[in-house]
Amino acid sequence: MPFLEFTNVDYSYVGGDDEVIRALRSVSFSVERGEFVALVGCNGSGKSTLARLCNGLIIPDAGTVTVDGASTAERASLFDIRKKIGIVFQNPDNQMVTTIVEDDVAFGPENLGLPREEIRERVDWALSAVGMTEYKNSGPFRLSGGQKQRIAIAGVLAIKPQLMILDEATGMLDPSGRREVLDVVKKLNRIDGMSVIMITHFMEEAAEADRIIVLEHGQKKADGGKELFTTPEVFTCAGLDLPLPVRVAEKLREVGVDLGCPITSEELVGAVIKSVKGGAA
Amino acid sequence: MRDVAIGQYYPSSSVVHRADPRFKLVILVLYLVTVFFCESFFSFGFLTVFVIVTIFLSRVPIGKVLKSLRMILIILIFTTVLFMVFYSDPDSKPLAEWGIFHIYLKGIYAAVKLGWRLVLLVLMPTVLTLTSTPTELCDALESLLYPLKLLHVPVHELALIMSIALRLIPTLIEETDKITNAQKARGAAFDSRNPFKKIKAMIPVLIPLFVSSFRRADDLADAMDSRCYRGAKGRTRLKKLHFHVGDVLALLFWCAVTVCILFLKYNWFGWGFIALLSI
Repeated sequence: MPFLEFTNVDYSYVGGDDEVIRALRSVSFSVERGEFVALVGCNGSGKSTLARLCNGLIIPDAGTVTVDGASTAERASLFDIRKKIGIVFQNPDNQMVTTIVEDDVAFGPENLGLPREEIRERVDWALSAVGMTEYKNSGPFRLSGGQKQRIAIAGVLAIKPQLMILDEATGMLDPSGRREVLDVVKKLNRIDGMSVIMITHFMEEAAEADRIIVLEHGQKKADGGKELFTTPEVFTCAGLDLPLPVRVAEKLREVGVDLGCPITSEELVGAVIKSVKGGAA
Repeated sequence: MRDVAIGQYYPSSSVVHRADPRFKLVILVLYLVTVFFCESFFSFGFLTVFVIVTIFLSRVPIGKVLKSLRMILIILIFTTVLFMVFYSDPDSKPLAEWGIFHIYLKGIYAAVKLGWRLVLLVLMPTVLTLTSTPTELCDALESLLYPLKLLHVPVHELALIMSIALRLIPTLIEETDKITNAQKARGAAFDSRNPFKKIKAMIPVLIPLFVSSFRRADDLADAMDSRCYRGAKGRTRLKKLHFHVGDVLALLFWCAVTVCILFLKYNWFGWGFIALLSI
């Protein structure tokens, strides 16, 4: 049984101008434990709606969303579902409940009704996992965007979810802040085995995931591993840019240099070195 | 970000910071009662000394506390001046008069007391928020209002609302600044000397501020829901409130002070003679 499963999910809402927006149309996919999935799509493709469907903040109009076998449509199972799925949202300022870092991280475990010692343990663990232990007694207003978002991640981590969803969690950060957050998330996935769904429109970030799901106008356009980058049309049709290494390799291919399909900059550098050395020999 | 004193915690481990927030809250209430009822310069002096000692003990830089006065500066000047020029004392001759404005000696005294009272009223709550985290205040309020729970008053929710409000003050001020600048960039007349134009210019700031506050509230609600929040039900706490002998002594002291001030004011049991000690 997959951990998270969407079956023919439809969702629509009434937008600002009284028009009905069909945010998702018959979307189906599943995520297994331990996976690192990137969900990409441009604005209005239904990415954020999809995140909010995962833990029952909204309920599908048609179709079902199940987490570990329990449907989000049943109110009684919502608390358990939210224990298993944590969401980090875009704006770090709108996720803080209180002004002391440590107290904010404790909010989740406090809601779970854990004994005091265990809350203490989880807060300390979560803060060290995101590398923010030294800030535990400070207020969030002196911190940078990347640091605030790491606190938000710690707040979700302290609940010990099995799946973490990052809903454009790096969208408001500068490149170094994005790197900080991405490194923390990758570590949690690789070392602690936590599943991750990363919603983003930065293709460089998506390239780091094991699997990529492309959404366009509320429909699933593609779902697959890195081989998706060999068919760039999937992304360009959905209004997305390709990662820089892929674009560079493509331009080089046009002038007759075939580098294969490098996705990260390390791979591109490797391929270039290999081709230059090969050419010289 | 503009610096606001109210609602901002100043981290330190002073005696005032470590005191039990429940006791701090009750003492604050007693203090406020005292400030409202005190009459003589002697009692004003006593309260001022108390405020200064508290600030000193809390190790919060005095400038940070005084900053809270900036917000009420205009109200302060306005009320004291108006109070002074419209005060009338039929028993004595005015020191000066221009048309409908009269200045009496008693009027000056009364106006100074009014201003002083306002300053005292603002300083102490500022010290409280500087020395207690919103979480502490929230827990303290919840614990003090516990009896109301029996009457089905949503005590936990009220305390949480207060704590979130405190938490959002700096965020909203920052947002107001941003919107003001955005409207200035489009030629809004904030710098006009005409007060009516100035007030009118605030409308294009307030409306976006409201809209964005609602959006923020929605986001925060989603984030809280996602972090398994379901009201007070089954909730535990990371930090437990503890009180010490010092807290109890401070409270007893303040009960005594409040009673004394009330004796002075209403001359209960003829004890008002203590008033002779003052001017």
